[in-house]
Amino acid sequence: MALLDIRNLTVAFDTSVGLFKAVDGIDVSVDAREVLAIVGESGSGKSVAMLAVMGLLPASATVTADKMEFEGKNLMAMTAQQKRRIIGKDIAMIFQEPVASLNPCFTIGFQIEEVLSRHMGLNGRAARDRAIELLQLVGIKDGADRLGAFPHQMSGGQCQRVMIAMAIACSPKLLIADEPTTALDVTIQKQILDLLVKLQADTGMGLIMITHDMGVVAETADRVIVQYKGHKMEEADVLTLFENPASNYTRALLSALPENAVGDRLPTVADYNFAHDLGAGQ
Amino acid sequence: MTTVGNAAETRKPVSGLREFWHYFSQNRGAVLGLIVLSIMVLIALFAPVLAPHAPELQYRDALLRPPVWQEGGSWTYVLGTDAVGRDMLSRLMYGARFSLIIGAVVVVLALLGGITLGLIAGYFRGWVDVVIMRVMDIILAFPSLLLALVLVAVLGPGLVNAMLAIALVLQPHFARLVRAAVMAEHSRDYVTSAKLAGASHIRLMLVTILPNCLAPLIVQATLSFSSAILEAAALGFLGLGAQPPTPEWGTMLATAREFITRAPWVVTFPGLAILITVLAINLMGDGLRDALDPKLKRS
Amino acid sequence: MSTPVLEVRDLKRDYVTSGGLFRPARVVHAVKGVNFRLEKGKTLAVVGESGCGKSTLARMITLIDQQTSGDILIDGEKVDKSHGVTKAMRQKVQIVFQNPYGSLNPRQKIGDVLSEPLLLNTSMSKEERRQKAMQMLLKVGLGPEHFNRYPHMFSGGQRQRIAIARALMLNPSFLVLDEPVSALDLSVQAQILNLLKDLQDEFGLTYVFISHDLSVVRYIADEVMVMYFGDVVEHGTRDEVFGNPQHAYTRTLFAATPKSSVESIKERLAKKKALAG
Repeated sequence: MALLDIRNLTVAFDTSVGLFKAVDGIDVSVDAREVLAIVGESGSGKSVAMLAVMGLLPASATVTADKMEFEGKNLMAMTAQQKRRIIGKDIAMIFQEPVASLNPCFTIGFQIEEVLSRHMGLNGRAARDRAIELLQLVGIKDGADRLGAFPHQMSGGQCQRVMIAMAIACSPKLLIADEPTTALDVTIQKQILDLLVKLQADTGMGLIMITHDMGVVAETADRVIVQYKGHKMEEADVLTLFENPASNYTRALLSALPENAVGDRLPTVADYNFAHDLGAGQ
Repeated sequence: MTTVGNAAETRKPVSGLREFWHYFSQNRGAVLGLIVLSIMVLIALFAPVLAPHAPELQYRDALLRPPVWQEGGSWTYVLGTDAVGRDMLSRLMYGARFSLIIGAVVVVLALLGGITLGLIAGYFRGWVDVVIMRVMDIILAFPSLLLALVLVAVLGPGLVNAMLAIALVLQPHFARLVRAAVMAEHSRDYVTSAKLAGASHIRLMLVTILPNCLAPLIVQATLSFSSAILEAAALGFLGLGAQPPTPEWGTMLATAREFITRAPWVVTFPGLAILITVLAINLMGDGLRDALDPKLKRS
Repeated sequence: MSTPVLEVRDLKRDYVTSGGLFRPARVVHAVKGVNFRLEKGKTLAVVGESGCGKSTLARMITLIDQQTSGDILIDGEKVDKSHGVTKAMRQKVQIVFQNPYGSLNPRQKIGDVLSEPLLLNTSMSKEERRQKAMQMLLKVGLGPEHFNRYPHMFSGGQRQRIAIARALMLNPSFLVLDEPVSALDLSVQAQILNLLKDLQDEFGLTYVFISHDLSVVRYIADEVMVMYFGDVVEHGTRDEVFGNPQHAYTRTLFAATPKSSVESIKERLAKKKALAG
């Protein structure tokens, strides 16, 4: 049974120029122990789709789907309270701007312990010990000292590690990472990606990696979904995608990579005709 | 040559006004405020046509007549008359002119002063900033009415002096806002670009930076409008603003103090008029903030 | 040898944070003595991560900030900001910024954005300025209908085009590009890089290209300079630096860049299988 199973998800926003469909009928499924990468450019709806699953969209968004199940349980039929027991505990999410994603008014120790207290019922000494343990897991060695630090006192890479610690605090079955390394330097990016992959391998959780960087996809994914303007263009395992992409859009993306440049000019996406691919991705 | 044929990049240009209205109209209170204020403006504009009587005309045979729905009232004087026989409705309508003009003049004066000082302080920083802001702090530390009173006492009573005094008192709010906005915009790339293109200080301040600081100013101006009306009414109430027989609402309140039990309508209606106008403007100001803020968040 | 368009000698920049009552003043050496020469028509790429000083260097050679010590020579002439920036100096160097959403004045129409440098530095008539601005707009791939629009109606890629057009209005000797494509999508990035190359070929432009993305650098640069905490740790032609990196930091940087070749994917999958199986 798939861990997360979504069929025909559509997200529409109410804007000043009418209804705007950020996500238009996509299917997503992830199994345990699997790394799925959702890759697309800005405006492709990749983040919006996952935010819809987590219930983090504003009131102006309308979410419809034929099926949205987590471990067989229908997410759309749940009450808010039931959903709160799953979101943050069994499904966790980390975001793009690590320093901005942490509450600037509270120490990181407080924020990690808050998660533990809310979902696992740990308090006081037990929570503190577990927090130090989690920081250790994500590579922050002097955890005990760091508990009293504020987000602005730490670097971007460290803040992202703290976010990951908060996300894995309750041993989630599924972790969604929304462009976790876009705001980080290249060397730090490698460390964070290695950490995520290692955690995923150790705990056996499912990992959804949302990114616009094909390099990140190549380095982490098992399976890939390519999105464009809310539509799914292609879904394939990572090797097939890079070796023999089915969709023209994927082909265009791959050849736009500077390292794949042939000759003096970079072919651009506009040079490819992929209009007929829209809606055909399967 | 690559051309931008990608449909993803061309966007239909949305009229700024239409977008503004979309966000503004989502706030029911704001729309209501706008309607009420528009009615006030129309009344003020067409007072000579709409008012049944001249506001200064005293009807010696109709002193303190009650409004039409009370015993003794008549349709000649719909809202009754005051102690010297002047028609309340007409005085209120002409009074709208005064209140709106007071609000407008005071806000414009405060804006001019506040923007100039705030621009200079925020742009040049250093000791100029310190001096200007300390002076602003001193003005802000005084209870506004007290300061206005002192100024009017020095300059002499009268509507013009009252307006000057209130403008001075309201100005630090604008100066602070502009200064904060200028400091925030100053470090942005487009300002650096303009500097590199050779823009002088004056051009940078007025042409490049100032137009981008307008949103919070507009909101503050709306709220200051209502403050100005209230302050003018208070000064009028104390006898230091508009002098009788000017039909300014605050002055009307002052001269009607003694009739609060005998002829409550003489006090109630000017008070209501002030209340409704100020409420309408404040509601509108809230809506403006909501409408202008999302635009600030976008690009 | 012909005069280099840009020459930098022992350029240094220190930031002094004034101490308070209980702290001594601290000095941060943002740029610690940089030297290089840049010939006309070439692209020098400056590579490094955040905090390495590349943006500070960019601001110094664009005459935005004053250097603490060292010389900057443009077209063989020494340029010193401390005596004020003259019109002539200003026309020699221009910059394109990283963030397409902050580099254009939201309240200024595109046509005015492009005409402004001409208005402030030349005595052209309004019609002449308009013509020149329109020409440049078309040159960077936009249309005449865009002339009277505001920045928020354009996408990131289009705004970068406008920023490039603005930078070229005064025919600068060289152009500094501070991470111009980092904030753009991959497909748009390709368009902008193509545009930059085309403009360089057509006008013989010289670029100082700052980036942290090695694949972009490899594609566009002739010379590469790697910076680390204010020092230049590696400097050579592109082939030299990419083929045979000398410094340990350069090697770390290359190793950390995600590889998207089919071979590396196969390798990773095989390794994963071995661990699992």
